[in-house]
Amino acid sequence: MAGLELLSDQGYRLDGRKASELRKVQARTSVFAQADGSAYLEQGNTKALAVVYGPHETRGSRSKSLHDRAVINCQYSMATFSTAERKRRPHGDRKSSEMSLHLKQTFEAAVLTELYPRSQIDIYVKILQADGGNYSACVNAATLALVDAGIPMRDYVCACTAGFVEDTPLADLCHAEESGGGMSLALALLPRNGNIALLQMDARLHQDHLDALIEAAMTACKGLSKVLDGVVRQHLEEVSVLTRD
Amino acid sequence: SVTYASPGTILIDILEDPLIRNVIILQIVLQEVRHRSAPVYKRIKDAIHEKEKHFYTFTNEHHRETFIEREQGESANDRNDRAIRVAAKWYTDHLAKKTDGGSLKVVLLTDDRANKEKAEQYGLIVYRCEEYIKSLIGNPELMDRLALQPDDQNEITGSKLLFPEHLPLSRIQSGIKNGMFLQGTFHANRDNYLEGKVFINREGEEINEVLLQGLQNLNRAVHQDVVAVELFPKERWVAPSSVVLQDDSPNDEDAEEDETENKLKGVPSDPSVLKPTGRVVGIIKRNWRPFCGMLSQSMIKEATRHLFTPADRRIPRIRIETRQAANLVGQRIMVAIDGWPKNSRYPNGHFVKNLGSAGDKETETEVLLLEHDVPHQPFSQAVLSFLPKMPWSITEEDLKVRADLRHLCVCSVDPPGCTDIDDTLHCRELENGNLEVGVHIADVSHFIRPGNALDQEAASRGTTVYLCGKRIDMVPELLSSNLCSLRSNVERLAFSCIWEMNHNAEILKAHFTKSIINSKASLTYAEAQMRIDDGTMKDDITKSLRGLNRLAKILKGRRIAKGALTLSSPEVPFHINSETHDPIDLQSKELKETNSMVEEFMLLANISVAQKIYDEFSECALLRKHPSPPPLNYDILIKAAKSRDLNIHTDSAKALADSLNNATVENFPYFNTLLRILATRCMMQAVYFCSGMDSDFHHYGLASPIYTHFTSPIRRYADIIVHRLLAVAINADSTYPDLMDKHKQSALCNNLNYRHKMAQYAQRASVAFHTQLFFKNKGIINEEGFILFVKKNAIIILIPKFGLEGAVFFDNKDKPSPHLSFDSEGPTLKVEEHTFRMFDKVKVTISLDASNIQHQRIRMALIEPVIPGVSVPVPESEPEAKKPKLDC
Repeated sequence: MAGLELLSDQGYRLDGRKASELRKVQARTSVFAQADGSAYLEQGNTKALAVVYGPHETRGSRSKSLHDRAVINCQYSMATFSTAERKRRPHGDRKSSEMSLHLKQTFEAAVLTELYPRSQIDIYVKILQADGGNYSACVNAATLALVDAGIPMRDYVCACTAGFVEDTPLADLCHAEESGGGMSLALALLPRNGNIALLQMDARLHQDHLDALIEAAMTACKGLSKVLDGVVRQHLEEVSVLTRD
Repeated sequence: SVTYASPGTILIDILEDPLIRNVIILQIVLQEVRHRSAPVYKRIKDAIHEKEKHFYTFTNEHHRETFIEREQGESANDRNDRAIRVAAKWYTDHLAKKTDGGSLKVVLLTDDRANKEKAEQYGLIVYRCEEYIKSLIGNPELMDRLALQPDDQNEITGSKLLFPEHLPLSRIQSGIKNGMFLQGTFHANRDNYLEGKVFINREGEEINEVLLQGLQNLNRAVHQDVVAVELFPKERWVAPSSVVLQDDSPNDEDAEEDETENKLKGVPSDPSVLKPTGRVVGIIKRNWRPFCGMLSQSMIKEATRHLFTPADRRIPRIRIETRQAANLVGQRIMVAIDGWPKNSRYPNGHFVKNLGSAGDKETETEVLLLEHDVPHQPFSQAVLSFLPKMPWSITEEDLKVRADLRHLCVCSVDPPGCTDIDDTLHCRELENGNLEVGVHIADVSHFIRPGNALDQEAASRGTTVYLCGKRIDMVPELLSSNLCSLRSNVERLAFSCIWEMNHNAEILKAHFTKSIINSKASLTYAEAQMRIDDGTMKDDITKSLRGLNRLAKILKGRRIAKGALTLSSPEVPFHINSETHDPIDLQSKELKETNSMVEEFMLLANISVAQKIYDEFSECALLRKHPSPPPLNYDILIKAAKSRDLNIHTDSAKALADSLNNATVENFPYFNTLLRILATRCMMQAVYFCSGMDSDFHHYGLASPIYTHFTSPIRRYADIIVHRLLAVAINADSTYPDLMDKHKQSALCNNLNYRHKMAQYAQRASVAFHTQLFFKNKGIINEEGFILFVKKNAIIILIPKFGLEGAVFFDNKDKPSPHLSFDSEGPTLKVEEHTFRMFDKVKVTISLDASNIQHQRIRMALIEPVIPGVSVPVPESEPEAKKPKLDC
């Protein structure tokens, strides 16, 4: 009887959520003045900060630039104080390189890069507090930052994780569920047309369950897109009030 | 009224009573229970699922109004108690708001005195369980189920501390970490209540067994508890005593135990036999379950506290409180332990259930099943709802996907009276001169679909249990005796394994398919044998049988040449009177050629299937292995053979098989059987395992590199899993998640192994019980037997005629023992002038000793050889005269 009961008989999860319930999402855009775009996002206890520079001329070697579209450069990092164990996290370790790559792939699918040939867009994300779903928090924060920077995109990119416990898909896993529940699937969605920007899972799952799991993650992403949209609209309202006269 | 329950005591026995309804159990309480005891948690959950009981949980921790933050300086326990009070208060107010709920009252049940006081101040209606139950007038039975309260005990136990305090868990854990203590499972000694062993289950530990002696050192450990032990320094190590001691002091007094303790210590011991010895410092996990047994009524007539003697001799006696003692005497009852305070000689418990009068066949069977944890309740509605609807017939759909083998001349060969026929065979000559042999197994997995209630029930039962005259089915009867049973002249679904063989029994081709068959005959072993032997019979069935028989002989020869063992067990089944179900006679199992014919093809099918599923699913195939025994196990066998100047080689299964074959003594035909019986005892237990979790697949007894169970899906769950795997392998079915998960498979294997072991024990216990019934009716019998083992103070005798084993003890309590000298080399035992060696022929009288109704046993006394003062005269048939002199 060891281990946590991730989903109780009454259908509640460890933190009292129902299976398909998301954590509370709060976000702000334009948190930094010097960056082209920035956003801060909390998804439950996971907190992420995203900054966007660009599009600008390709920095470093010219050879990296592409003649028909912009290069997206992503950098992911975690603050030393972001986890329960305090740990210095050097740039470029395997985990964060992988995460950077995932982010890059996600946004290459969403940003209209062909509008800016031979240029570069930098996206920097930092996890301030890690409580599960780091990737999705980063994607959601970066989306807001890109919107803030005024970079044209096909749609919001919304990401969410989903897990599978006792034959029930759980949306938006927290850290305890990620580490105690076995498997987690991350999905980034362009909600309006339902295209998947990224789907990532590195655990064994029986094929019969996969559809249900993706469905749960997609529903969660659609829920998130409403929240993000609300944040953007509210920000616009605030800004337009300030600049009215 | 609505009741809130709070933890603090083992309430569950009361809550399960149908009288108690409308209970709300808080989430926080449920969590606490889960944390404390898994079985109780399960029972509470079952109660919640039962609709009529109106048990509900309230997830107070996730409710805005009832969630509370822990305050500074408040312990977690106090916080939980406060949360319970807040939730109860909230519920009271909540119900008051309802106009129609005005009459509803919320009652909080708690056993924590401080909590009760605070709750009263808080304006709640609160009771202690005891008060509450007492207020429900007219239910004395319910009263008995209350756990004994620790603060009530002072009056009976006195203030003297009998046991050292248990250490707190934190200190135990740090002690285990730094090597001061060892963790292990406690096993009480069956024959000596003052002794026990702790098996250390950690790898890399030099000591894997710690001996415990004396009440103080046992320190309230109960059989199967997980305990922490502290080792004594080497000077205090002792040897395990081989005396038999029973805790039979007549009354409830916490008597001085010094006298008996001394009995243990008087043994002079040489250093080689000293075992690591220690004492229990703390209990890590109790493994208490309800125990079956009988009440020993207190000496004082009006007393309400009585001692309960469990049927399992490894469990200490339990003190319970009951007002219905007079009704319970002579009854088998169930009792649960509540606790064991350090100032009490016996643990405290409470009455749970009355099973019926002792000695009654029904009751005894019930006890036997309960004690061996055999699930035997009737199948629930949920399970039955997954049975196919009758009338059932084969559909077009089935015909499309299955091979139609109805034209084949298939027949089954089973013991007489068998209604769950799960295997049939056929054999025919092909046009190319080769032989086609088919084994057709009932397609149970067609009816039991993965994951439904029927499947879960079967998985949890694991196996059908065969007792004398009773069968506890793994699957409902509709399946086991009808739809899945491959009876003759009906169309049935089967899973077929078909080989093409040449006349030398070499497999040329193997083929597996789901099929439809129509068995042409259900034969018994004897009928089949008759057909084979009768030269005049020339029909298809007989021809098929002859072909099978011929191939089986070749296969068997080949298997034995490879080193498969033929072992022997002395079991003798009973003829049961069909009306009274009393045993009337013993039947010796007569092995016919046809027995081994069927067996041979089942083995072949099992091996073929094992290979196939392992090839397909290297990570999650369910296989069966039989580890080779450690060389030390063979010690007794080698010594025994040496006593007759024979050598037994045990280097390999082959060497063992060969030397067993050659081990014969002139004028002593039974000798070889005795040796084989002994060899069987040296073996390890065969077990199921998941191929992804183990690397050693070898089956020692069958000398096969890989093996599984495929041929009896009606009575073994393992076979159902194997069927499913094979069905996937031949694209006849699809996988499901649990089938492919090696950890879940492994957990399933553990359960199956456990159930099989328990089923075996239950079977043996049932045979023992019926043996006793048999001898009760027979009175006294004189019989010849052989010495199977020689012990320090006894010889174990096997009576081949009854397959019965019993001990003749040479030391006794009441009178001076004869002079005994034991030589462990032989092993021999010299009693006065006579030396007993293994396998000596002796004559004994057999009678039933019913002096202890709970532990009735077969008693043997020596008649021949005649040793003055030890052996008894040949008794007369007068039953009253059967006072055996020897007492154990």
